[in-house]
Amino acid sequence: MGEMEQLRKEAESLKDEITAARKAVQDLTLQDHVAGTAVVGRVQLKTRKTLRGHLSKIYAVHWGDSKLCVSASQDGKLIVWDSYTTNKVHAIPLKSSWVMTCAYAPSGNMVACGGLDNMCSIYNLKGKDGNVKVMRELAAHTGYLSCCRFLNDNEIITSSGDCTCVLWDIETGSQKTVFAGHLGDCMSLGVAPDFNTFISGACDFTAKLWDIRDGQCRQTFGGHESDINAIGFFPNGNAVITGSDDASCKLYDLRSDQELITYQDSGIMCGVTSLAPSFSGRLILAGYDDFNCNIWDSLKAERVGVLSGHDNRVSCIGVTPDGMACCTGSWDSFLKIWN
Amino acid sequence: MAKNNSLHPNSNGETDDSPNMLVYRKMEDVIARMQDEKNGIPIRTVKSFLSKIPSVFSGSDIVQWLLKNLCIEDQVEALHLGTLMAAHGYFFPISDHVLTLKDDGTFYRFQTPYFWPSNCWEPENTDYAVYLCKRTMQNKARLELADYEAESLARLQRAFARKWEFIFMQAEAQAKVDKKRDKIERKILDSQERAFWDVHRPVPGCVNTTEVDIKKSSRMKNPHKTRKSVYGLQNDIRSHSPTHTPAPEAKQPTEEELREQIKFWQAQLDRHRLKMSKVAESLLSYTEQYSDYDPFLSTPDPSNPWISDDTTLWEMEASKEPGQTRVRRWGFGIDEVLKDPVGREQFLKFLESEFSSENLRFWLAVQELKRRPIREVPTRVQEIWEEFLAPGAPSAINVDSKSYDKTTQNIKDPGRYAFEDAQEHIYKLMKSDSYSRFIRSSAYQELLQAKKKKSKNLF
Repeated sequence: MGEMEQLRKEAESLKDEITAARKAVQDLTLQDHVAGTAVVGRVQLKTRKTLRGHLSKIYAVHWGDSKLCVSASQDGKLIVWDSYTTNKVHAIPLKSSWVMTCAYAPSGNMVACGGLDNMCSIYNLKGKDGNVKVMRELAAHTGYLSCCRFLNDNEIITSSGDCTCVLWDIETGSQKTVFAGHLGDCMSLGVAPDFNTFISGACDFTAKLWDIRDGQCRQTFGGHESDINAIGFFPNGNAVITGSDDASCKLYDLRSDQELITYQDSGIMCGVTSLAPSFSGRLILAGYDDFNCNIWDSLKAERVGVLSGHDNRVSCIGVTPDGMACCTGSWDSFLKIWN
Repeated sequence: MAKNNSLHPNSNGETDDSPNMLVYRKMEDVIARMQDEKNGIPIRTVKSFLSKIPSVFSGSDIVQWLLKNLCIEDQVEALHLGTLMAAHGYFFPISDHVLTLKDDGTFYRFQTPYFWPSNCWEPENTDYAVYLCKRTMQNKARLELADYEAESLARLQRAFARKWEFIFMQAEAQAKVDKKRDKIERKILDSQERAFWDVHRPVPGCVNTTEVDIKKSSRMKNPHKTRKSVYGLQNDIRSHSPTHTPAPEAKQPTEEELREQIKFWQAQLDRHRLKMSKVAESLLSYTEQYSDYDPFLSTPDPSNPWISDDTTLWEMEASKEPGQTRVRRWGFGIDEVLKDPVGREQFLKFLESEFSSENLRFWLAVQELKRRPIREVPTRVQEIWEEFLAPGAPSAINVDSKSYDKTTQNIKDPGRYAFEDAQEHIYKLMKSDSYSRFIRSSAYQELLQAKKKKSKNLF
């Protein structure tokens, strides 16, 4: 018993030393530094398109390029939309209707999805005969698939309710790397702009930064008081944004290894389900369980806008790669395009 | 608000709370303040026609109280928050099944804690059947079934045809007990009971706020905490909320887990940390530099296709002739050039004119290698080695000896990251040397100053 006690003490003292080391670089807070900068003016975005077609709750949406996006719904369908014309390019029926996530490959050649079936299914959009078919079923997770993101046409990263994230080789269907370390279900992941690292948010209230190449956890960030449901990189690749059931979003910086700022408001009681930064990162759009999406000035931590228009929870959000528009998906079965 | 132990997951990642519990806790704190004798909402009995309406307050009262007591900006936000709390059943309109907040004289009443959603109610359809049946036995206009309720009752009668006698008896028994109650008390209890069912069996078209995200519902343990029987436990009336009760301790980590943790924290302690002031400065300058390119902050040139219905901007992006703003972005840093296919093309063209394109070509080849299927990797690695690094290579690149030795080792067992060290070295070289020459070059400057010409390849 004595040894366990010693180990526990060692772990605690290390954590204290890290807290002190983080404090030591706090020569100035973000708030202090931007005190002289004006808050971004009121941001009023309007709904430009409403994408109708799903028959049940929408759980995920992901942009492929400036016009095409893919959405997943509990009605058991994956729909690829030309959002500009609101046409459905593909309506893909799924084997399992309990889908929780979807992703578009950067090349535009494939989409992926997964959910309670614990698998990530890859669909080829550019098949020879024009039909969209399952290309690969990546099975090995022992928990639900919460999120997936393509690195390229050959590699995809998944996060799961089994507390791990996995890098897959699509062609062989094998697991290349398993990223283990979270103590709770992994809910969301985001790939760095340089594709060398990725971040994951989990139900152990922490976010982790992983090195894709060697599978190691490089950094861990805590501070949230409940599940982290959404995570994303700040466009410069040096900071991470998280959204949690504790109704707050946080900005963590990778280089100073700590939280910079929290985005919260006593009038907001419901959890954050999804988030996306605007093109410059100055705005953070976050979807909440209270049916709204709030827009935050990322540097001043003030709310500068609200997107209200959904009749049920906003479950997913995404900004186009060119930053021209954002898309929200909701349990009310509609997708809305705003700018 | 004090931190509650039940918030922290044990090492299995399970929490004792339903995911909605956090929200209930916050709402109940506000409700407690609303019900405060001194600073809460004044509750009154209103005389109407031939009777009294007990224990009510108006929608406007709620809105005003919210505006005054919470950090809420405007009436729209107050209505949104109030509607949220009504939808969860904490207060309700006494004459409407639809649970929203209106900023007018509509009367509202508080829900009794027994029926609060924090009790983890999951009422059965048999209870709903008893309730609807009971309502039909009471000859009061205010208790008449709405259309959707009548439809539900009909459906339940078909579903529970065999045990309908039992359900009917239960309803009769309850109606008898209710009749004995004091008239005013009955009015209040009836309305609270109805509001409970409005939450759990909402009007068609209304949101069911008790729904849980399927990702979370699989994690919820403590099924015994769920309350299912509404009418069996009438003696167990709680006067306070269960959301503030402490929960059992989290599981302790094993010895192996502790050693892993210590290793990790030791590595973390040794890492270099950048000063916050530098970080803040870099964030600020990044957002400032890119705000011109952020369509939510600056109007795009010529226009945002989503707003103007004019797709010129996208056509220009797709064309090979880059516009001024795009070219200007290449000047922000080497990554901007490498990200943009037209940028890469121009960069390559410039370097070829100087006969120094091997670095960029190597870098591009390695990037492309990383995206290849595994079976193609060994061949491609060999090809890249022959072209750029082998003795006598036609496009020999200059790598430091350390990286060169490492790469020589790597290609014996070729993988996607065989050239990682060499690529990093070449990237740094390009950044400090080739890139700055490109930005200063006349070719780049001409592109930057070029007048915006109408693209010839519009279709």
